Amino acid sequence: MEYLNVQGITKTFGGIMAVYDVSFSVDKGSLVGIIGPNGSGKTTLVNVITGFLKPDRGTVLFNGQNITGLRASRITNLGIGRTFQMVKPFYRLPAFKNLVVPLSSPRVKRMGEHYGDKDSTSLDILEDIGFERDSSVPYKPASVLPHGYLKRLEMGRVVALQSELVIFDELFSGLSLAEVASISPLIERLFEVGKTVIMIEHRLKELFRIASKVIVMDLGKKIAEGSPKDIMQDEQVKKAYLGVELKR
Amino acid sequence: MLVYGFINSLILALMALGFSITFGISGVANFAHGAFYVLGGILTWLFLMKFGVPYILSAIIAVAVVGIIGALMYRFLLVRLRGLVLSEVITTFAIGIVILELLRVFGVMGFQYRLPSFIPGSAEIFGTYVGIQRIIIVAAGALLMLTMHFFVHHTKMGLSFRGVAQDDHTALSVGINPERISIFSLTLGSMLCAFAAILILPLGTISVDEGYDVLLKSLAVCIIGGLESTLGVFIASFIIGYVEVLTAMYISSSLTMVAVLACMLTILLIKPSGLFGKYKEIEERI
Amino acid sequence: MIEKRRKERIDRGIKACTDDIFCLSSLREISYLLVPRILPVVLVFFLVLVVSLYWKKVLVITFVMTIMAISWDFLASCGLISLGHALFFAMGAYSAGAMNHYLGLPVYVTLPAATLLGGVISSMLVFPALRLRGIYFSVVTLIIPLMLMRVIEATKIIGGTEGISALSPLPGLASSIAISMTAMWVVLFSLRRFITSDYGLIFVALLDNDRAVEASGLNIVWFKIQAIFIGSSICAFCGAFMTHYYMSVGMSAFALDLSIFPVAATVVGGMGTLAGPLLGALILGPLSEALRGFGTFRIVFYAALLVVFIVGLPEGLFHYVRRKYEQIERWVEVK
Repeated sequence: MEYLNVQGITKTFGGIMAVYDVSFSVDKGSLVGIIGPNGSGKTTLVNVITGFLKPDRGTVLFNGQNITGLRASRITNLGIGRTFQMVKPFYRLPAFKNLVVPLSSPRVKRMGEHYGDKDSTSLDILEDIGFERDSSVPYKPASVLPHGYLKRLEMGRVVALQSELVIFDELFSGLSLAEVASISPLIERLFEVGKTVIMIEHRLKELFRIASKVIVMDLGKKIAEGSPKDIMQDEQVKKAYLGVELKR
Repeated sequence: MLVYGFINSLILALMALGFSITFGISGVANFAHGAFYVLGGILTWLFLMKFGVPYILSAIIAVAVVGIIGALMYRFLLVRLRGLVLSEVITTFAIGIVILELLRVFGVMGFQYRLPSFIPGSAEIFGTYVGIQRIIIVAAGALLMLTMHFFVHHTKMGLSFRGVAQDDHTALSVGINPERISIFSLTLGSMLCAFAAILILPLGTISVDEGYDVLLKSLAVCIIGGLESTLGVFIASFIIGYVEVLTAMYISSSLTMVAVLACMLTILLIKPSGLFGKYKEIEERI
Repeated sequence: MIEKRRKERIDRGIKACTDDIFCLSSLREISYLLVPRILPVVLVFFLVLVVSLYWKKVLVITFVMTIMAISWDFLASCGLISLGHALFFAMGAYSAGAMNHYLGLPVYVTLPAATLLGGVISSMLVFPALRLRGIYFSVVTLIIPLMLMRVIEATKIIGGTEGISALSPLPGLASSIAISMTAMWVVLFSLRRFITSDYGLIFVALLDNDRAVEASGLNIVWFKIQAIFIGSSICAFCGAFMTHYYMSVGMSAFALDLSIFPVAATVVGGMGTLAGPLLGALILGPLSEALRGFGTFRIVFYAALLVVFIVGLPEGLFHYVRRKYEQIERWVEVK
C-alpha cells in the first residue's frame, strides 16, 4: 500500500531550482534510501515533505491524506517524524529532558495514559537507544554529550513521538564504523515493528544492506529509482557520483 | 516635487552609504551610525566656530576623528564580539546612545549649532529653485555611490572585503585577514558617515534627535534594499526618498518617519532580506 | 626548575548524587540551598524599612524596573530578544490611563485589566513578526514602538504629546512599596518555577533549537505567542502601576530608557537565570538614581555599563557569583 506519495514536487529559491519535478512513493513498512551527491536537493525534498518548506508545485499524500503545505508540527502530529542533518539538541536541558519536549506533543498526549510519567518514559527511551541507564549520562546537560550520543538523542525524538513514518537525514554522518554498527540495529528494530523508514545517506554500504528501494537525486531531479543492486549498475548514477569517462 | 524627491533620495543614499559599507564589507551592523553622524557635524562645528580652523580643514579633521573612533570601537570592543550579531547590534547601539545622550547633556540644541553652506545661493533646475548646497549633495552622493559600487564589486580588494562579510573563517583560510579588514570597514563606514553629515547638516541645524532619525532611515534604506547590495541601497533610497516627500505633501509632515518605518516593517514581514538581497528562506522564518 | 601551577575547580561537596537530586541531610546543606533564596528577600525588606523617604520612592521605581528586566530575561530565554520593551510597558500604561480616564474605572480594576489588555494588544502587535528569526525579530521590536509613538504624537489620540493626567492615585506610598515589592518576588519566583516545569521547558527549548521543537510536534508560533503574552503582560502591569503612581501617562511611557534598562540590567546581572536581572536592576536602579543630577545622564550610565559588561564580563555578575559559591578554585601544583 502506498503510504507516502510524492508527486511533482518543485522548489525554487530565488532562481536556483533546488528540487525539480520529483515524484516517488513509499510502501508501508519498507525502508527506502535517498542518495545523491551534495547539493542534489535531498534535504530540501525532506523539508518539503515534512512541512518545513512549502513547495512551489506538487503534492504530498500521506496515508491518503493531502499534507502539502501543512505546518511542520501538524505533519509531525499526523505521524511523520524526522531528524536533522545538523544536530542541535536542546543544549541547556539535561539529556532526558530533551525527550520530554516531544513527549509533550499532542500526538503523544492522544496516545493516552499508557505512556505514563514523562521523565521515566524518557529515561526508558534513552536506555532503549543506547544511553547506559545507571550512569549519570542521561542527566547531563546535552551540551556536554559527544556526537554519537547526540545522534542517538535525535533518534530518540522520533522514538518518543512513535512516528509511523520516520525520515532520517544523514543519521550516520560523523559517526565511526563502530557507532554506525551500534545504531543500525536500532533502525532495524524500528523497521521490524512495522514503521516505515526513509533514510538520506551518504554511507552507501550500510544503506544498501538494509534498504529495499533506493532513490537517487542529482541537481534537484530524480535520476534513478530501484533496488540497491539495480542502482549500483545504473549509468546515470555512476555519472552523477563519479563523472563521465573521457573518450580519447 | 519630483526634484525635491530626487534630492531627498540622494540625501538618504548618502546617509545610508556608511552603514551599508560597514555591513557589506565586514558584516558588522554599526548601530552607532546616527551618533557618528551627529558627532561628525559637532566636531566640524567645534573646530570651525570655537577654534577658528578653516572650514575645509575642520571637515577633514572631523572626518578623520570619527573614522578613528570607529576603528577604535572595533579594535577594543567589537573584536571580542565577533560573530555574535545581536551582541554587536546591542553594543553599537549602546555606544551610540552614550555618545548622543552625552551630547544632549552638554546642550547640543538650538540655532547656534549650524554649519554654514559651502556655496550660498540657489539655481533653477526643471522649474524649481534648488539651493546650491543641495546640488553639491546630489553630485557628491552620486559620485560616491558609483565609486563604492565599483570598488566593492570590481576591484580585488573590494571582493576580498565581501568575502569577509560572507564568511570570515573561509576568508581567513585563503589568506585574508578579517580583523584588519573589519577595522578598515568600520573606519571607512564612519568616515563616510561623518562626510555625509558635513554635507547634509548645513541644510538645517545639528540636533541630537536627528541622530536617531538618521540611524533609523539608514537602517530602513539598507533593509529595504537588501543588506548586501549597493544597487539595493540606491533603489531603496529613491523609494524612501519619494515616500517621505509624498507623505509630507499629501498626509502630514509629522508622519514621514512613520511612513518610512511602515515600509521597513512591510519588507521585513514579506521579504526580510530586502528587495535585492539574497533569498534565505530557511534562515529567515519558520 | 620552573614552578608550574594550574587552577583547579572543584564543586563544594554539598551537592550529592546528580545535578538535580539533592541530599538534604544536614542543616548546613539545607541552609546552603535556602540562604541564597531567602537572604535577598529579607535584605530587600530590611532596606525598604530602613531608608529615607526619598530613597523609598526610588526603591518603588527600582522594583518596577526590576520586574521589567526579569520579563526581558524570560523572553530572551525563549529566544525572543526584544529591543523595544517600552512597547509592552506603554500598552499597559495607556490601557490603564484610558480605562481610568474615559471609563472611570477605579485603580483596583484598571491594574489587572490593563495587565491583560496590555498583554493582548502587545501580542497582537508583535504577532506578525513571530515567524521571523533572530535579528530580524529584534529589529521589528525596535521599530514598532517608535512608529506607535509618532502616530500618537501626530494624530493626538489618547492625549497626544501631552498625555492624560489627573488620574487616580495609588493608596499611599506604603501600599505602592508593598505592591511593587510583592509583585517583584511573585514574578521572579513563579517564572523560575515555570521555566523548570515540564511545560516551561518547551519555552527554553525554543531558544536552543526552535525547529527541533516544531519537529517534536509543537507549534512554535503558538508557544512564542504565549511567551510574548506572559512577558508583555508583566510589563503591562508595570506600565499600569506607574501610570497610577504618577497619576498620568504620556509619551514618556515609550522612553528609550525603558527599553535599554532591562537589557543593561540583564547583561550586568547575568542572562538566563531570571535572578541575574534582579541583581543587575537592584544595582543599576539606585546607582543611576544617585547620578540623577544630569537628567538624561541615567541612560548614558546604563548604556555605558551595558557595553562594559557585554564586552568584559558577558556572563554577568550572577553567574560569576554563583560559580564562586558553588565551586572552589585553587592553584594546584603540576608535578
